[in-house]
This record gives sequence, structure tokens and C-alpha cells, in this order.
Amino acid sequence: MSRTVGLKALGLAMLGVVALLVPVIAPDPATTNVAVFTMMYIGLATAWNIMGGYTGYISLGHAAFFGFGAYSFGLLLNHLGMAPGYGPFFLVPLAGVFAALLAVGIGWVALRTRAATFVIVTIAFMFMLQLLAENLVKVTGGGAGLSLPYPHDWGGDFFNTPYYYAMLALAVLALVVSWWIRRSKFGLGLLAIRDDEDKALAVGVPTRAFKLTAFMISAALVGMIGAVYGYYVTFIYPQFVIDPLIGISMVLMVFLGGLGTLSGPVLGALLLEPAQLQFAYHFGASRLYLVLYSAIFLVVILLMPRGIVPSVVDLWHRRRSGSAAGPTPPARGAGNAIKAASP
Amino acid sequence: MQLVLEAVVLGVLTGGVYALMASGLTLIFGVMRIINVGHGALVILGAYLSFALFRSLHIDPFLTLLVTVPAMFALGVVIQFVFIRPLKMDREALSVLVTYALALGIEGALGYLFTTNYVELRGWYETASFPVFGFYITWVYVFGFVLALVVLGLLFLILYRTPFGGAVRATMLNRTAAQLIGVDVDRVSALAFGVGMATAAAGGVVFGITNAFNPGSHYDLISRLLTIIVLGGLGSLRGAVIAALMMLVTTEVAAVLISPVWASFVFFVILVGVLIVRPQGLYGVRVRERI
Repeated sequence: MSRTVGLKALGLAMLGVVALLVPVIAPDPATTNVAVFTMMYIGLATAWNIMGGYTGYISLGHAAFFGFGAYSFGLLLNHLGMAPGYGPFFLVPLAGVFAALLAVGIGWVALRTRAATFVIVTIAFMFMLQLLAENLVKVTGGGAGLSLPYPHDWGGDFFNTPYYYAMLALAVLALVVSWWIRRSKFGLGLLAIRDDEDKALAVGVPTRAFKLTAFMISAALVGMIGAVYGYYVTFIYPQFVIDPLIGISMVLMVFLGGLGTLSGPVLGALLLEPAQLQFAYHFGASRLYLVLYSAIFLVVILLMPRGIVPSVVDLWHRRRSGSAAGPTPPARGAGNAIKAASP
Repeated sequence: MQLVLEAVVLGVLTGGVYALMASGLTLIFGVMRIINVGHGALVILGAYLSFALFRSLHIDPFLTLLVTVPAMFALGVVIQFVFIRPLKMDREALSVLVTYALALGIEGALGYLFTTNYVELRGWYETASFPVFGFYITWVYVFGFVLALVVLGLLFLILYRTPFGGAVRATMLNRTAAQLIGVDVDRVSALAFGVGMATAAAGGVVFGITNAFNPGSHYDLISRLLTIIVLGGLGSLRGAVIAALMMLVTTEVAAVLISPVWASFVFFVILVGVLIVRPQGLYGVRVRERI
């Protein structure tokens, strides 16, 4: 067993080094731009997975927290008269706090419902927030958008680099939180909620508190990522920052990689986001990229409903059990989800 | 007061059309336990089909229903067969993603074929109006309401007066039990999806005459329709009709009393208010639900 642990540590260390060196290896802005967005979605998908993957509550409205983070951060910077540069990055956690507070409000209503109704209620809240951002013109600037400080000193190839490292830091934070939750008693409670909420309640899992906490953590991470995104694009508009497509993209990445696993969301984001950016770049004008995106989407879900990581782990166990008496091929359930989380 | 009365009348008339569109959505949920997030896009697709016929053949938009309703019914059966039936596990969650993907695909394809410019279906009734109690009602709202009444009436007749309707209601109540007593639930599901699409086509025509639309219009539409069926209680036809009327009357009144830009917001506030008191919606049954 220790050999696999060593291999895993080595693999992680190598991945970490590659992630750290991206702006050095490929410093041209076109590449680092892709890197910023890919890192952003690794963080978003991982954060979404804490709620959607562990508790089974599918939120299609996480773009609300993303946008709320971006707006609250932008307004904060503007009101403080913050100078552009590295300073604003230190205020990003505040955006997370704001998003978590919003999650308490939304969760208080939305978490009264379950399954299908919950999905719809999260969508409704997202559109509510979008309407607020559009209508509160005096606060948000409405459809004209809100501008954030623009760091003029960061020219040329360097411009994307600070944002890349900020996104990387948040993605790592999301992964550490996700990993920690997964190993904790709290995480076990969340999985119990996914498998059977009523039974979980019966055996003493404080389901309401657990669900709300997971929702808050997930929202806080998404809000912080939204804040960095807002600072990166410097101009935010209601329909582009509270965009249903952002909300669905993180969900799709999680499903592609493997719902409820630790590595799945990372893999999903690494595969999908560069592809999505390429489509938008090549076919954006003709709207055909939406058709392509939808086709990938459908193929993924119809052919691999469990996602890549669980399918591969399944295959691996089956091959091993062919030669020696290995563990039985995992069926879907909490215990197996823990196994699936380890790779 | 006059304005409020006018808003109420307009709300009831447009509410009928929303009831029509929402009834298909809630029927699909009731029979298959899936949320068809693509319903809005399918309504827009119906509107564009009518628009294409209207533009090339110069026929009355309402007449195009003779073509679009059967076409959309067939499309619904195909969609159910190809995309929904293969989902074996995590149906509820995965169906949301699949239908969302369908919506994106339809939006992209329509954008490619028709561009993202706004278009509108036109007829003489779009501008002609008649006076009632001192204000004017445009004919199209009346026609749309009548169409909605006819289609909804047919739907209720089919559901409550035919053997097929019995099979549908049995499937809605308990899928496994329906299967045990010999109902072909796969066939019922396919036909129900087709019926849902047919109502989307009918709703699409009225939506297309009363609103300028583009391929992206489905987001606004689906958020309203989903809100309506959650408010009414998922899977309840009666709930959907009442919720649609409630919603549209309130938004029209709010548009007059407060401001048009806040009208949709009021729509969502009502939903939140109802969910705090009744998480299962107005006519929903509280059941053990699992994803």
C-alpha cells in the first residue's frame, strides 16, 4: 500500500510543479488566458462538487454566487478607492464571506425542498440575482456594467500571471477543503444525506445544518473565484457574470470527471474548459460552438453517466480482481464513492 | 384603478398561454420524473418553425399550427426515445443536464440558421383591438387565450376520459404499479413527451406573436415556466394552471403599480414566499424524493 501512496505523492508533486510553472513555460498571453480560465473552472467544479457531489443536491444556480462574489468585490474596491495592483487580492476572502452570507439566505429557502424542486429553486434564485444586478442601477451600474480597478503596471506577458496564481491558490484551497471534508465525519454525513436523507436524519445526522454548511462552503469558494474573475476581466455585466452557462459548465465538468470524487472535477475542467475556449474562439461568431458544446455534453452523459474517474477505477478493480482476489467492483454508493475519491 | 383592471384582464389572458406551456412541462415531470429544462427552447423552436412557415408561405401564424404541432409531437417522441430513455441511473439529475444540453444545441442551431436578431410573428390581430370597460384589448391576447383553453380542454379530456389518459395518470401516480398492471410505461412516456412538445408548439405561436424573440429568449421563458410548475406543485396540471394565472396577473399588476423592470422580480418573490410556507408547492404532494 505504501508504494501506491508514494506514487501518488510523487504524481501530485509533479502536477503541482507543472501548475506552478505554467506562466514560465508558456508566457504568451493567449496561453496564460486559457490557463487562467482552466484554473478558474478547476476551482469552480471542485467547489460545486462539495455540495452537488457529496450531498447529491444539484444546484444549477451557482453562477449566482460567482456573480455575487464579483459584484461585491468590485463594489468593495470602488468604495474603498483601492489602488490597482496586488492589494485587491487580499480582499478576495471578503467576497467569499459575502457569498457565504448569501448562501445562508438562499439555502434557508432552497434547502426546504429536495431533488427536482431544489434544482429549480436554485435556477430561480440565480435569475432573481441577475434581475437585481440589472435593476439596481444606482448600485451596480445595471446593464451598463461595473468597472473594477485596472492594473496598468502589469503589461505584456506579465498581465495574466498574478491572476493565474490567484486562481491556482483558490483551486488548491478548494481541493484541500474538499479533501478534508471527504475525510471528516462531516463529509460522511453529507454522503449519508446523498444516499438516503431520511435514514441519515434517523441515525442522528443533523441534515439541515450539514446541508447548509456544505452549501455555504461551496458558495464561499465560488464567490472568491468570482471576485478574482471580476478583477481579471475588469468590466462585469449582469448577464455575463451571472451567466447560466457558467453555472452549467461547472456541473458538466463534475459529471464528466466523476460526481462526488476528488480528482473528477479537476479532470473534467482540464478536459472541457480549453475545448470550450477553442470552440468559442473558432465558432463563436456563428453560434455553432453552442451546438458543438451541447453535442459533447450529450455524448458524455449518455455514454458515461458516472463520469471518467469512477468508470476507470471500476475497470482497474475488475482487472486486478481477475488475477488476485481484489475488492469487488464498486457499485454506486457511499462506501464506493470513498474508494473512487482516492485516485 | 382602471389600469389595474386592465392589468388583471391582460394577466388572465397571457396567464392562459403560460398555463398551456407549463402544462406540458408539468405533465412530462409527472409521467417521467424528469425536469425538461429544454422546454423553453422547444417553445422558441416552435415559434421559429411557425416563423419559417410564415415567412416563406405568407400564411397566418395560427394556421402554421397545423404543421408545427404534429412536427413537434414527433420530435418529442424522438427526443424521449434517443435522449431520455437511455438514462438508467440518476435519472432526475442527468435528465436536467441532458435537456439543458438540448436547449443549448437548439439555441445554437437557431442562432446559426436565423441569426440572433429579434423576430416577431405578425397578423392583423397583433395590432387590432376592441374596447372593454373603457380600455382596449388587442385581439391576439383573446385568440391566444382561446387557443390555450381549447388545447388545455383537450388535454384534460384526454387525461380524464380516455384509456390512454388513464394509463398516463396511472404512470404519474406510481410507475412500477402501472407497469405491473400492464401499462406500457415507455410508450406512455414517449407519447407524453410528444404531447408536452405539442403544447410547446401551440404556446410558441402565441409567444411569438405577442413577443419579439431570438434564440436566447428561452432562458427568460424557462425560468418563468419552471417557477410556475414549482409554485403549482411538480406534476400537478391543476396547480400549473392556477400558478400560471396567479403569476401573470401579479406581474402585470406589479408592472403597473411598481415598474415594469421589477415585474419579473415579484414573480420570484411570490415563489420564495410560497416555498417557505409550502415547500411542495400549492397542489404538490409531499413525498420522499431522492435524486
